[in-house]
Amino acid sequence: MIALLRREWLLAARHPGDTLAAMLFFLLVTALFPFGVGPAPETLARLAPGALLASALLAALLPLDRLFAAEAEDGSLDQLLLSGLAPMQLALVKALAHWLTTGAPLLLASPVAAAMLNLPVEAWGVTVLVLALATLFLSLLGTAGAALTLGARRGGVLLPLLVLPLAIPAMIFGAAAIEAAASGVSWRPFVLLLGALTAAALPLAPLAAGAALRID
Amino acid sequence: MLDAIDLAAIRGERVVFAGLSFSLTAGEALLLTGANGAGKSTLLRLLAGLVPPAEGSLLWHGSDALADGPAHAARLRYLAHADALKPGLTLEENLTFWARLWGGDTESALEAVGLQGLGHLPARMLSAGQKRRAALARLALAPVPLWLLDEPSVGLDAASISLFGRLLAAHRAAGGMVVAATHVELPLADAATLRLGDMA
Repeated sequence: MIALLRREWLLAARHPGDTLAAMLFFLLVTALFPFGVGPAPETLARLAPGALLASALLAALLPLDRLFAAEAEDGSLDQLLLSGLAPMQLALVKALAHWLTTGAPLLLASPVAAAMLNLPVEAWGVTVLVLALATLFLSLLGTAGAALTLGARRGGVLLPLLVLPLAIPAMIFGAAAIEAAASGVSWRPFVLLLGALTAAALPLAPLAAGAALRID
Repeated sequence: MLDAIDLAAIRGERVVFAGLSFSLTAGEALLLTGANGAGKSTLLRLLAGLVPPAEGSLLWHGSDALADGPAHAARLRYLAHADALKPGLTLEENLTFWARLWGGDTESALEAVGLQGLGHLPARMLSAGQKRRAALARLALAPVPLWLLDEPSVGLDAASISLFGRLLAAHRAAGGMVVAATHVELPLADAATLRLGDMA
């Protein structure tokens, strides 16, 4: 599994454009909000938690459709399925690699995005924590989605339709946590709920993805 | 060692082949021939455990080979039409990944297919024949009992085919088995031939 993770890392390092595109997409979408709702600081701060989470989830969704499709096209997927790793392990590594190369870089960009949306500085730390958990949750769900839509015509369109509704709980608890931190009340319960969601997805989503990979 | 009993495969609504039986013991080779669409690649994917048989069973030393997927995968190498090389990685990085999973030495595998000295090139810079040889180099990494080869010689020049013949001979001399689908002559001495499509 370590060997596969190293390979994914090497591939991402060789094609940094994908990671950079997700980061810039995230920043651009958050930058659109002030243009749409006007630059009034209070309005923006009110919008910030939801806007940050929604933009981050959309940005993390971008490279998902290539997660298994690229492997299937050049024949690597068959070889990986015969590599001795169980399909579930394969899916888990793919999900972690997606998070490391897409979700984690979004955390670096989050202070800039938070500043553009006038989020109080006290909430920035919680924002990073929430985005880390929410994007990991999306990486896991998205891996299952990518495995399911592999081989489907227009799988790239189907994937968000399948994955985003399932990400609604992460959206609710994540935004609530950031809002709580911004208004100075306890954010712990929301983050704990989000953590519980992610913990549940950690074994379940790779299991589903692995089963889907075997059928293809 | 490897026994196929009454194998059948269905693709879409069509029976590709049915009632297919053969057995292979150590050192033997089986050539799959037949027209396009006769099911050669399907049979190889089935033997690899990538698709389940619609009917029949595959035995390894007398017990069900496909019951434990990863264990079956560990005793075979499958060479498909696609070369499974990542264009952005160098030849050496491509092979090193598989060497980490399977064991074996990247340098000597490259040498076995005549690609020594090209390890630093990105895979996208290689010609079609060189990519094919890089895919063949995976076979040379670590010994396994069963090779499943889907038209292995496509794109190879005469020198590479003789290198490939040496790889095959060494594999069989060590007790390895080969199942190869092909339309052309392969450097495989006294191999049995199974013609697909005759039953239809």
